[in-house]
Amino acid sequence: MTAAIASPRPAPDAEPRHSPWPHRWISVRLNALALLTALILSALIIAISDLDKLKHGDVGGMLTNVKDSYIALAKGAFGSLRGFSETVTYATPLIFAGLSVAVAFKAGLFNIGATGQVFAGGLAAVWVGFAIDIPAVPHIILAMAAAAVAGGLWGGLVGLLKARTGAHEVITTIMLNYVASFAVLWLLKTTAFQAHGRSDAVSRDVAKSARLPFLFGFLHRSSIDLRAHFGFVIAIALAVFVWWLLKKSKLGFQFRTLGANPEAARYAGMNPGRLTIGAMLLAGAFAGLGGGSEILGGINQGHATSSFAGNIGFDAIAVALLGRSSPWGTTAAALLFGALQAGGQEMQLQVHVPIDLVLVIRALIVLFVAAPSLTRIIWRLKDSGGEEGAQLFKGWG
Amino acid sequence: MSTPTEVYRDAQLAVGRSLEQIKRSRNLGIVYLILAAITAWRLTSHAGTATFNLSGGHSFGVAATPLAWVVAGSLAVMGGVQLARGLGKWQTAALAAVAVVFIFTLLAWAAAPNSFAFVGMLSQGVTYSAPLIFGAMAGIMCERSGVVNIAIEGLLLSGAFTSALVGSVVNFWVGVGAAMVVAALFAWFLAWLAIRFKVDQVIVGFFINFFVLGLTSFLGNRILAVDEAYNQVRTLVPWKIPGLHSIPVIGPILFEQTIFVYIAFALVAFLAWAFAKTRWGLRTRAIGEHPRAADTLGVNVNQLRYRNVIAAGAVAGFGGSWWTANVGRFNENITNGRGFIALAVVIVGRWSPAGALAGALVFGFFDAMEAKLSFLNTGIPGEFVQMLPYLATIIVVAGFVGRSRAPRAAGQAYDSQ
Repeated sequence: MTAAIASPRPAPDAEPRHSPWPHRWISVRLNALALLTALILSALIIAISDLDKLKHGDVGGMLTNVKDSYIALAKGAFGSLRGFSETVTYATPLIFAGLSVAVAFKAGLFNIGATGQVFAGGLAAVWVGFAIDIPAVPHIILAMAAAAVAGGLWGGLVGLLKARTGAHEVITTIMLNYVASFAVLWLLKTTAFQAHGRSDAVSRDVAKSARLPFLFGFLHRSSIDLRAHFGFVIAIALAVFVWWLLKKSKLGFQFRTLGANPEAARYAGMNPGRLTIGAMLLAGAFAGLGGGSEILGGINQGHATSSFAGNIGFDAIAVALLGRSSPWGTTAAALLFGALQAGGQEMQLQVHVPIDLVLVIRALIVLFVAAPSLTRIIWRLKDSGGEEGAQLFKGWG
Repeated sequence: MSTPTEVYRDAQLAVGRSLEQIKRSRNLGIVYLILAAITAWRLTSHAGTATFNLSGGHSFGVAATPLAWVVAGSLAVMGGVQLARGLGKWQTAALAAVAVVFIFTLLAWAAAPNSFAFVGMLSQGVTYSAPLIFGAMAGIMCERSGVVNIAIEGLLLSGAFTSALVGSVVNFWVGVGAAMVVAALFAWFLAWLAIRFKVDQVIVGFFINFFVLGLTSFLGNRILAVDEAYNQVRTLVPWKIPGLHSIPVIGPILFEQTIFVYIAFALVAFLAWAFAKTRWGLRTRAIGEHPRAADTLGVNVNQLRYRNVIAAGAVAGFGGSWWTANVGRFNENITNGRGFIALAVVIVGRWSPAGALAGALVFGFFDAMEAKLSFLNTGIPGEFVQMLPYLATIIVVAGFVGRSRAPRAAGQAYDSQ
């Protein structure tokens, strides 16, 4: 955006207005309030949508319903080792894909295409997993590397198109998601991938040597019971890497400069085109690793179906927004989303409240975290100085 | 020593065209040659006559193989001309013609030696394009005012849900009205957060998408699923426009549609006129391009943004009720990403109502063609046909839209001080 039309923003207050609390704590408190507000609003939705009780004015019944739902939610997420394992299982792909979206955000790019990149990575991993016969550790490394490369190429294509032709990544990533999902649907029915004796889109199973070990395998409990797998550890390692990349490395500095001000980046002698391609390559590789981890880990039982990417790419955007694109924030947000998902399963099972409520809670959390002013108005807090979320969208140009 | 590329470039520059134009025209030439190769290589394989059924028992036949050879030859020639000297002002028209001819050849190949309902397919395509048109118009109204609307999907979905629920309980048109109100409320929320709090418009947009998807799925399972009476609307029957519908070919395609299609076309015409000719249109374009200048001239920037975004919400809500009118009920995530396609259509159509109409029709047509081709059982995997519109969008955006002229202030909050 050219400077001429950028309206002058109000100067941030030089000193926060007489708040007794240190700045960091205010932000923590605001986020906690955001979570609380989201839960309260969702409780209202649970209560009101119970038509029978609403008709009879059964307020007590509604409250019980809300209470039972939230207790089931908490139990499902943290109440047992199984709950915790489920939380981790659902969080794992979101960490990978969330980091993918976050890194792109830092470079000023909006990666809606994590779905396609997860597909690309998962497909590469499944092929290496069943077609190659080598011992366990190298097999896993090779399969994950293939996933990263495939996802990276799929993401890098977006960067290339943007750098070379100016095609906006929002459009190309959305379109490439569709292309990837149809390509997967087709590939899984070809002889190169399809499971023997199947006519639908299901791949062969990856070899045992390529499966990621279960996280709680040492407990010797059923793997259906404790599905959390080693992908989680890789995801955390990736978060550390992203932290290092963004905070300590030259490349990360260049990404952040590009994201903050492309003109400044160009003026400082950086190559915006090459950085755009690089950022999308990395973003794609991260999401691709997520696809690999989904396939090689427990949740898909070692094979690919036409929908194994699910809503990961879409949810990852929420995760990155919630985590404000920082690696730790993103990881925490992914864990929160994973907990909600795991808890939501339990809630649906125990109290028969549809799991889709989890989507509502997630959306509201993102809203209140992204718009602290809204949270402040609801809780009648004083404005402690402009710390509104940074602007992500840089226009269509 | 200069490389062949440089020689080529110099030669082209001598003709007086910009580098950008040269690149674009070279890309086009390559695309034409590829299409020619595909036609010669694959589409000449089906012998026999393809019969295209028109309305009222009329039909015409085409010999598939000779057609493919002729088309392949002409495409190759056009590719050569495009590469050698470009087609100047005819370039866009030529592209459109090439697309039409290629698809026609593809259909002839797929159908030969049988027949298929050609006009029926085109008519279906127009039907499918209606919700995309509404979504795209909502997007254009917002973006032209300087507000990025990535929430088209959520607005459409909220309209679909509301019209199904209210339409079942009261009646269809009350349902449509309610859908417009609900979607307008969500749009107001987008405007409020974006203008009052200067929250990033893309974040709010995505919030609306997430929230509406979650809420409609939740309420769908909790309320609509309880009693069929909450989710049952009589589908809308097409309304044949007297006189016009009996025009051969065009009549059944354009004038035997539901009221949604007619309103969609009317809306496009109205917006095209209003943007170009009315005070509202001028002001809207001004606040989307250069809000400060508009402000200086006495336009209340933020007020107009509120109004336009809310009106856009109502348009999207109306578009959302298309699903209720066509399917007769609400299903979870029934819009299934069409709102994002509408967003793409806005960009491919370069933020102009007429351009977006063309884009929406193309997408609608591909939807219809995909259904047809999978029915004809041609041996091309259906997935490739399904992929086509998305690939085509990438090619169009990368090759021809590029760094396009978006409203300059899109995505920027405005401070009137």
